[in-house]
Amino acid sequence: MTSPLEQKKIRITGPSVVTANRTHDGVVIYRTPQHGWSSRLADAAIVRTSDDARALLAEAVADDVGAIGAYIAPVAIKDNGEIAPGNLREHIRSEGLTIELPVPA
Amino acid sequence: MYAYDELDRTLLHERVEEFRDQVKRRLSGELTEDEFKILRLQNGVYLQLHAYMFRVAIPYGTLSTKQLRALAHVARRYDRGYGHFTTRQNIQFNWIKLAELPDALADLAEVGIHAMQTSGNNMRNVTSDQWAGVAPGEVEDPRIWSELLRQHTTLHPEFSFLPRKFKIAITASEHDRAAIKIHDIGLRLHKNADGETGFEVLVGGGLGRTPFIAKTIKPFVHGRDILSYVEAILRVYNQYGRRDNIYKARIKILVHELGIEKFGKEVEEEWQQLRDSALTLDDGAIEEVRSRFSYPAYEKLPHMPDELKQAAHDPLFERWRKNSVFPHKVQGYSIVTLSLKPVGGPPGDATAEQMDVIADLADRYSFGEIRVGHEQNLALPHVAKRDLPALWKALDKAGLATPNVNLVSDIIACPGLDYCSLANARSIPIAQELTRRFANHDTAGLIGRLHINISGCINACGHHHVGHIGILGVEKNGEEFYQITIGGRADEGAALGTLIGPSVPYGEVADVVEDIVEAYLALRYSPDELFIDTVKRLGVEPFKERVYATR
Repeated sequence: MTSPLEQKKIRITGPSVVTANRTHDGVVIYRTPQHGWSSRLADAAIVRTSDDARALLAEAVADDVGAIGAYIAPVAIKDNGEIAPGNLREHIRSEGLTIELPVPA
Repeated sequence: MYAYDELDRTLLHERVEEFRDQVKRRLSGELTEDEFKILRLQNGVYLQLHAYMFRVAIPYGTLSTKQLRALAHVARRYDRGYGHFTTRQNIQFNWIKLAELPDALADLAEVGIHAMQTSGNNMRNVTSDQWAGVAPGEVEDPRIWSELLRQHTTLHPEFSFLPRKFKIAITASEHDRAAIKIHDIGLRLHKNADGETGFEVLVGGGLGRTPFIAKTIKPFVHGRDILSYVEAILRVYNQYGRRDNIYKARIKILVHELGIEKFGKEVEEEWQQLRDSALTLDDGAIEEVRSRFSYPAYEKLPHMPDELKQAAHDPLFERWRKNSVFPHKVQGYSIVTLSLKPVGGPPGDATAEQMDVIADLADRYSFGEIRVGHEQNLALPHVAKRDLPALWKALDKAGLATPNVNLVSDIIACPGLDYCSLANARSIPIAQELTRRFANHDTAGLIGRLHINISGCINACGHHHVGHIGILGVEKNGEEFYQITIGGRADEGAALGTLIGPSVPYGEVADVVEDIVEAYLALRYSPDELFIDTVKRLGVEPFKERVYATR
């Protein structure tokens, strides 16, 4: 699997978000409809077409000081409207490790 | 221990201040991420799934207690209270903040450790045998040569922008604990017929997408010529190594495509230009480095002290001693491996509290010295046998006396998809489940030596190709699957494992490994025949049949 960080062609097949890591501390963040960032997936802007995804990614990449490694990630929209990560990688980024930390947080 | 001089200390402090300025400029926006990335990588800073990851070098796997306490301090002050020991004598911190990295580096520089060249396309940490200087039968301490190479290659401009990363490992024992045959350059210290010390030089080993076992390029290079010979290899690599394709950029591809004879000829021609130059090490230079390594003032002690005889009545102590305590070159002393593979724990992780406990115990029982091995365990290299019972009790209390060294639950694993941005599948939960399946140490002891290696992607940081049982995570239609190989090994008989069949889903991996182990127990010639020898004798077919007959 090519790392999402190496995305070249942008073609989405379902609802997606733009995610990155915050520059100063590396925390996982999502691009919001308000043209900012949030550490909560629930706050993420949802795009459904490749053109919208491209535009959202371009906006995110332009914020080079605030975020690094921006890329488009798939999500699932539940019946109640809740946004869920679209694959295991994104689940782990959003929800945390699937194992217990050696030292409880 | 190696004592750094004023030059080393100045270099480290200057490097920290340089990086502090680079981080400041990055955070202010003066440097873009594209400009900053190479700078952070050269200081061991990656971006992983959840945060920055900070990789610190432990040259040739030797740590003082002061240094280990500094690593504990970094874990506690700047991270989440633990660190992860890697397969190349480094430690990684997984939750570090970029803004705090310069302070962490400054704290480490105070005790002479750093993160230079733990990432990027340069010469990485020169690794060695974790038993260096104490292993019986060793030609001489290989760390002297590791240090000479470290000094020569650190910040060397010609080796700072190589086509790809470059790794060197050195051993001086017949039994290779440094995995030299899976390195870009492997050096085996030995003596020639005239009794002179030199190196068998191997080149072109490596794992990842295209694995190769290193080939011998020159059976004997005199010690005084090792810098010029290594430099000749690097120059040929720098000239011909591919920079257009990251997957073909490692020296192993060049050696494979040119062939070892042609590659050797190119190196020889280059070497003739370099040998007998300023790169030739005179005895004084070698002795200067040798003199900076200090060795303990060992006492004259009995082979079998009373304390050990008495403790032998305790079956739990005896089980640990037989598993984790190894012969030392000095009578009355032992090398003790500390397993960082507790049942259900992530392989290679140690908490800050454990690091502090180990430092205290090393001060009390091991002349203040700790070693780090590529198997992701630690070692105390100078323990008096009379102290073994007391040491065991203290280690056990800290969760550091799991008697599983070299056994089925002593698993090497990369961080996998739980941490790593390159991974396709998880490694740690697979390792944890396997340690639970083989939690009975008596059963594990009956199974005998068996190395399991797990990688979460083809980059092979868990060295799965050379595991007796290798497990490689792949992604299939969004699901985690795992390819299983058997018959690999990383020692002097290094070999790549053979795939036994189609990949299996996450939930079946532990069952498959149990099937393989059960097949081995049924097939082995005698209890003395190791797993790896049974696979060599019978091939993969009987194991394949056992695994796939019901799948």
